[in-house]
Amino acid sequence: MLLSHVVHTAATEVCFPSPLSVLQGEGPRASCGAGAGQDVGRSCILVSIGGKNVMLDCGMHMGFSDDRRFPDFSYITRNGRLTDFLDCVIISHFHLDHCGALPYFSEMVGYDGPIYMTQPTQAICPILLEDYRKIAVDKKGEANFFTSQMIKDCMKKVVAVHLHQTVQVDDELEIKAYYAGHVLGAAMFQIKVGSESVVYTGDYNMTPDRHLGAAWIDKCRPNLLITESTYATTIRDSKRCRERDFLKKVHETVERGGKVLIPVFALGRAQELCILLETFWERMDLKAPIYFSTGLTEKANHYYKLFIPWTNQKIRKTFVQRNMFEFKHIKAFDRAFADSPGPMVVFATPGMLHAGQSLQIFRKWAGSERNMVIMPGYCVQGTVGHKILSGQRKLEMEGRQVLEVKMQVEYMSFSAHADAKGIMQLVGQAEPENVLLVHGEAKKMEFLKQKIEQEFRVSCYMPANGETVTLSTSPSIPVGISLGLLKREMAQGLLPDAKKPRLLHGTLIMKDSNFRLVSSEQALKELGLAEHQLRFTCRVHLHDTRKEQETALRVYSHLKSVLKDHCVQHLPDGSVTVESILIQAAAHSEDPSTKVLLVSWTYQDEELGSYLTSLLKKGLPQAS
Amino acid sequence: MAAHLKKRVYEEFTKVVQQQQEEIATKKLRLTKPSKSAALHIDLCKATSPADALQYLLQFARKPVEAESVEGVVRILLEHYYKENDPSVRLKIASLLGLLSKTAGFSPDCIMDDAINILQNEKSHQVLAQLLDTLLAIGTKLPENQAIQMRLVDVACKHLTDTSHGVRNKCLQLLGNLGSLEKSAAKDTEGLAVRDVQKIIGDYFSDQDPRVRTAAIKAMLQLHERGLKLHQTIYNQACKLLSDDYEQVRSAAVQLIWVVSQLYPESIVPIPSSNEEIRLVDDAFGKICHMVSDGSWVVRVQAAKLLGSMEQVSSHFLEQTLDKKLMSDLRRKRTAHERAKELYSSGEFSSGRKWGDDAPKEEIDTGAVNLIESGACGAFVHGLEDEMYEVRIAAVEALCMLAQSSPSFAEKCLDFLVDMFNDEIEEVRLQSIHTMRKISNNITLREDQLDTVLAVLEDSSRDIREALHELLCCTNVSTKEGIHLALVELLKNLTKYPTDRDSIWKCLKFLGSRHPTLVLPLVPELLSTHPFFDTAEPDMDDPAYIAVLVLIFNAAKTCPTMPALFSDHTFRHYAYLRDSLSHLVPALRLPGRKLVSSAVSPNITPQEDPSHQFLQQSLERVYSLQHLDPQGTQELLEFTIRDLQRLGELQCELAGVADFSATYLRCQLLLIKALQEKLWNVAAPLYLKQSDLALAAAKQIMEETYKMEFMYSGVENKQVVIIHHMRLQAKALQLIVTARTTRGVDPLFGMCEKFLQEVDFFQRCFIADLPHLQDSFVDKLLDLMPRLMTAKPAEVVKILQTMLRQSTFLHLPLPEQIHKASATIIEPAGESDNPLRFTSGLVVALDVDATLEHVQDPQNIVKVQVLYPDGQAQMIHPKPADFRNPGPGRHRLITQVYLSHTAWTEPCQVEVRLLLAYNSSSRIPKSLWIEGGEMAPQVETSIEGTIPLSKSVKVYIMPKPARR
Repeated sequence: MLLSHVVHTAATEVCFPSPLSVLQGEGPRASCGAGAGQDVGRSCILVSIGGKNVMLDCGMHMGFSDDRRFPDFSYITRNGRLTDFLDCVIISHFHLDHCGALPYFSEMVGYDGPIYMTQPTQAICPILLEDYRKIAVDKKGEANFFTSQMIKDCMKKVVAVHLHQTVQVDDELEIKAYYAGHVLGAAMFQIKVGSESVVYTGDYNMTPDRHLGAAWIDKCRPNLLITESTYATTIRDSKRCRERDFLKKVHETVERGGKVLIPVFALGRAQELCILLETFWERMDLKAPIYFSTGLTEKANHYYKLFIPWTNQKIRKTFVQRNMFEFKHIKAFDRAFADSPGPMVVFATPGMLHAGQSLQIFRKWAGSERNMVIMPGYCVQGTVGHKILSGQRKLEMEGRQVLEVKMQVEYMSFSAHADAKGIMQLVGQAEPENVLLVHGEAKKMEFLKQKIEQEFRVSCYMPANGETVTLSTSPSIPVGISLGLLKREMAQGLLPDAKKPRLLHGTLIMKDSNFRLVSSEQALKELGLAEHQLRFTCRVHLHDTRKEQETALRVYSHLKSVLKDHCVQHLPDGSVTVESILIQAAAHSEDPSTKVLLVSWTYQDEELGSYLTSLLKKGLPQAS
Repeated sequence: MAAHLKKRVYEEFTKVVQQQQEEIATKKLRLTKPSKSAALHIDLCKATSPADALQYLLQFARKPVEAESVEGVVRILLEHYYKENDPSVRLKIASLLGLLSKTAGFSPDCIMDDAINILQNEKSHQVLAQLLDTLLAIGTKLPENQAIQMRLVDVACKHLTDTSHGVRNKCLQLLGNLGSLEKSAAKDTEGLAVRDVQKIIGDYFSDQDPRVRTAAIKAMLQLHERGLKLHQTIYNQACKLLSDDYEQVRSAAVQLIWVVSQLYPESIVPIPSSNEEIRLVDDAFGKICHMVSDGSWVVRVQAAKLLGSMEQVSSHFLEQTLDKKLMSDLRRKRTAHERAKELYSSGEFSSGRKWGDDAPKEEIDTGAVNLIESGACGAFVHGLEDEMYEVRIAAVEALCMLAQSSPSFAEKCLDFLVDMFNDEIEEVRLQSIHTMRKISNNITLREDQLDTVLAVLEDSSRDIREALHELLCCTNVSTKEGIHLALVELLKNLTKYPTDRDSIWKCLKFLGSRHPTLVLPLVPELLSTHPFFDTAEPDMDDPAYIAVLVLIFNAAKTCPTMPALFSDHTFRHYAYLRDSLSHLVPALRLPGRKLVSSAVSPNITPQEDPSHQFLQQSLERVYSLQHLDPQGTQELLEFTIRDLQRLGELQCELAGVADFSATYLRCQLLLIKALQEKLWNVAAPLYLKQSDLALAAAKQIMEETYKMEFMYSGVENKQVVIIHHMRLQAKALQLIVTARTTRGVDPLFGMCEKFLQEVDFFQRCFIADLPHLQDSFVDKLLDLMPRLMTAKPAEVVKILQTMLRQSTFLHLPLPEQIHKASATIIEPAGESDNPLRFTSGLVVALDVDATLEHVQDPQNIVKVQVLYPDGQAQMIHPKPADFRNPGPGRHRLITQVYLSHTAWTEPCQVEVRLLLAYNSSSRIPKSLWIEGGEMAPQVETSIEGTIPLSKSVKVYIMPKPARR
């Protein structure tokens, strides 16, 4: 009976569906939708693992207002319903480039399966979607857009997950969320089928900030880690310098009676800056008012107050005394306040100064050099924000007006993405077998890819949109072992050592898709087979003139002296046994001076048998 | 006794009955000893089920067992152990054995054989583990016995192969605690195989159970703690454990690596995947630095803490910890720190940043960028930015320790420390300010750094501000602009928080004396003098102006050219301040003026100090004049007391001594006055009125003696004797007066008895000091003690009276260092017109903030008292955590006091003050004699009485009736 060993290879496939661009991949599956590949702005990744299909994120592109806005989902299945094809959809966080296409996808294209996201995301996501819908439909008058009812219907399909909770999607597929920092409720997801697993990070931040903690993952050793790489080639300065600079500037301006305008987007960094200013005001006992433009932010702040467990250590520890999001110094803004005298700080939306309240306030305050505007993030080309940041001092407004900017313009980067070091740190924590970079620029990813391959010696991929990456894995397959066999084997050896593999004799039975390792006797019994004995025999020629019996005796004494640990016996019929190996001596039929030793052993004693033969082939020592 | 026995022996011959009685008696005596074990035995035999037996054992374990009966109990337990089938009962017995063998005075070697015996037959893993624990207790109890240790180690090694992690854990623990230290010593002991304990423990570093791995590392650390030198080979093993899946293993491994690195700092280890070699301590440092970015915060804290104590590490490794190469789009970027430095050195200060000011400069060679290194790169940068404040604090502490040993590192870490001043958690901010203060000798602050430091002065937390003042006291500033900036910010602070006045003045004093040359060019501006015009004379009471003057005068001390810049009124102000704030304003050599106090040169010792001499002289005068006429003595005492009090007010460094002596003299004066009373000459019953005076005097003396004993720090035993002696006299006086004024003898009996007990107690406590008390009251009293013991109360009183009159005045030796405890309540400030309103029956929290000076052990003795207008008094014990220790001899109490009362018709004031609770028995052990029984002595912190420590503060409160 021979030991059989089965190597089962499985494959994990990741598709990067591309919208209308050229299909590059030749994956076994049709690709479609939007890509996250080498692009920032729209995340949508399709993963096939162990026969399950999972869609990671369902983002939209803010830069387009035509069909390219949403991923082209018809590529997922050429024909047939999405619900049949996809096992689940996972949304990592509430930013629109990660969840913006969700109502379109589920209600207009049609998907009825489960959508997984964390509770804060579930709470805040519809607010943002509704806001986005309003701007697109009510302001820009776009047709063919999802309705409020669609958002509601879509959110009904959402299943909330807790951090570190293992959710069983079906019998085989399970997912687990890890904390990701970045924004409130952002999560990384581990997707696992059998022993194969994929970790998708979404956007994450490895350095804690004033309201969120750092991303963390355990050593889950996934087969594949899909990580964002927005800052693939950047190592950032300490956040403390940035914070200090920011606070100092605001403080100085307020002290000399100036007004500070901080254009922000409603969620995420806005809360971070609020907390920063709020605690500073508290610490320094400052009196100047801070205002926040109302609307969306108020609603969002309400949720921030509720989801305290998702924030950082300081807020979690102190919320019993005081919820940090219940701002003492920050009040709602009213249009009339912009003209009131005296110092103040105003957070106003939107963040790039291209429209709305922030622009209105900017126009009012730009004339005085005592005032200051602080841009906390990146500004797209063409916006007022970008113009003033690049040093333009005279702006042409609509109606041929020229606005002279006398106020101070400052730029502070408060980004919540992991930098290159942070990405490496996460890769180190998770210890994946393969890494896949998404959500970044190709040129920068190339650098990071090289670094990852160099430092961790794992293969790294960076597929383009529409490209499919297929990975082969060597999954471990659990095999049941009978207790009797295990105990028998344990009794033979010394200590079981976890780090060293041990040889074990048994029979592997594969039956009804389960594997069992049993002793050969039991296997024979179960399968109803008769046992065959396999014996090896070998003849060794010895030059010996003496009689057979004497030769046998010599062989006996020789073996006795050499094999001290084994039981060597001289049987009355003239043969010699070593354990179960039989040695018989016979005279050579042609040459009497040569004796033939017949050595016979069973398959089980192969090792000893071959050793004996080689020993005997060397000849016997000369008798003294 | 012998005679008695002899008699018994003879009796035996004659009387048989009595012998039996005798035997019964002896039996009884024996029975009392093992009664515990007997009772236990009976109980255990009675037990029908394991649950019952367990219950009995639990009950038994509640009471302690005397050392004599331990062995008996152990026997009973063992006997029962053999019979018991239930593992839980056996477990309890095993744990009891361990407990019993720890009993003081019991030598557990006799039960070791049994314990090992039962160990061999035990099947249950839990019981096995417990038994090994018992053996560990036995082994640690007998550290000298090598043979036993060897045997135990042997047993442990045998059970190391157990399948249960609990048993393996205990075995490793045993090995760690008992593994032989010296091999040579081990060889002598009966040929037991010498085991290499380190090797055995090291093998379990790769156990499959993380708990066992942890235990193995811990055992190794234990070996190290016991003085065994660990092999260097362990280092590699430990390094592998750093990447373990379990945090407790990693945490322990970090410790082990640290230990090895301290043992073999200079060994050379190869760097894997290269041909280079580095010192072990550097390698270990790099590895521990790497752990600062571990996934588990427990490990991060551990790693950050240990970094601080690795002082042998090479400086370039050390500096790497602060280095984080920034880049943006693959181009090298300068850190904000570097930019700030550059701005500063180019002479341009804070131009205001434009977008792209931090634009990346040169291209980086992609191959040269190492994103994750095994090296120390940026460890502290990460540690200081950690999410958990525990890690941040640990990192700050480590930074502090390393900076103290390396000046160049101190200079480099400055930027990072300054950044920590803006941490979101106050504790971290405070810690980093303290750290900065500790390393301030090694550093000079740049202007931009100073700017950041000073910005924190506006912090609303008093702790932070005061810490910052302390820091500024010992900072080196590089430019005159820096000094100016500091002064401006401090003055801003002063206007914002006027309570910081003293702290700011003190800070400016040091700032001035440290930087005389930098202050010099600022003087005209600061004093706003003008070359041609006379400027208005500033207001002398303005704290800000005083602050400026303090800075200038202290700078002028070492800068003789400065006074030339002063205007006339400045000199006048100097004279005034020198007198009123002598601790802040030094003596100056002023041109054209007499030296104000040239006699006081700074380097004379207190003994040569004239004020000290004056103190000595006046005291000596008093002590030498004890046989003057009473009138003269009284007058002299009164004068001296007045002198001393005035001296104490003038010279704050002598205040303690002066007050202490004055109090003593006052006691003496009171005693003399009381004895001068006329009442002694007249028949007893007529003088009730005068006796009040004498009684009051006695009472006051007692109070004063308690103050002397407990309110001064630095009181030594020889003073305590005198104080107690004085108190004894007061008690005698009390007794005499009471005897004269009360009728009937019965109460007197009790009083006499008590007094004599006290005398006896005094004698017992201060037997060593009695020779110093020649001729004193107590000396004479003790002579007459036998007579007093038998005398009637009336006679005792009589003797006491004469002795009290004859007793001499004892010389009070002055202690070296003596300080009077004092306290000031900063908050509530009192005098608020807005009453604190709250619903009656509910509580309102009142924030109390007070500073305590020279109070020893304030956690136990300082209490807060609240006096309500109805006379109700409430004593509040602040939590130990409410006390902070900002400096030697100083404490700060920040606590909350809960007030509550029934409804009042109108607001009224309650008084809040601090008390010093004392207990004379805490100083002198085993005293059950306490004169006034008003306080029931509690178990631990019994309060005998209290001394008011601070002035009371009035708080206006108004409990409103609850609305229905």
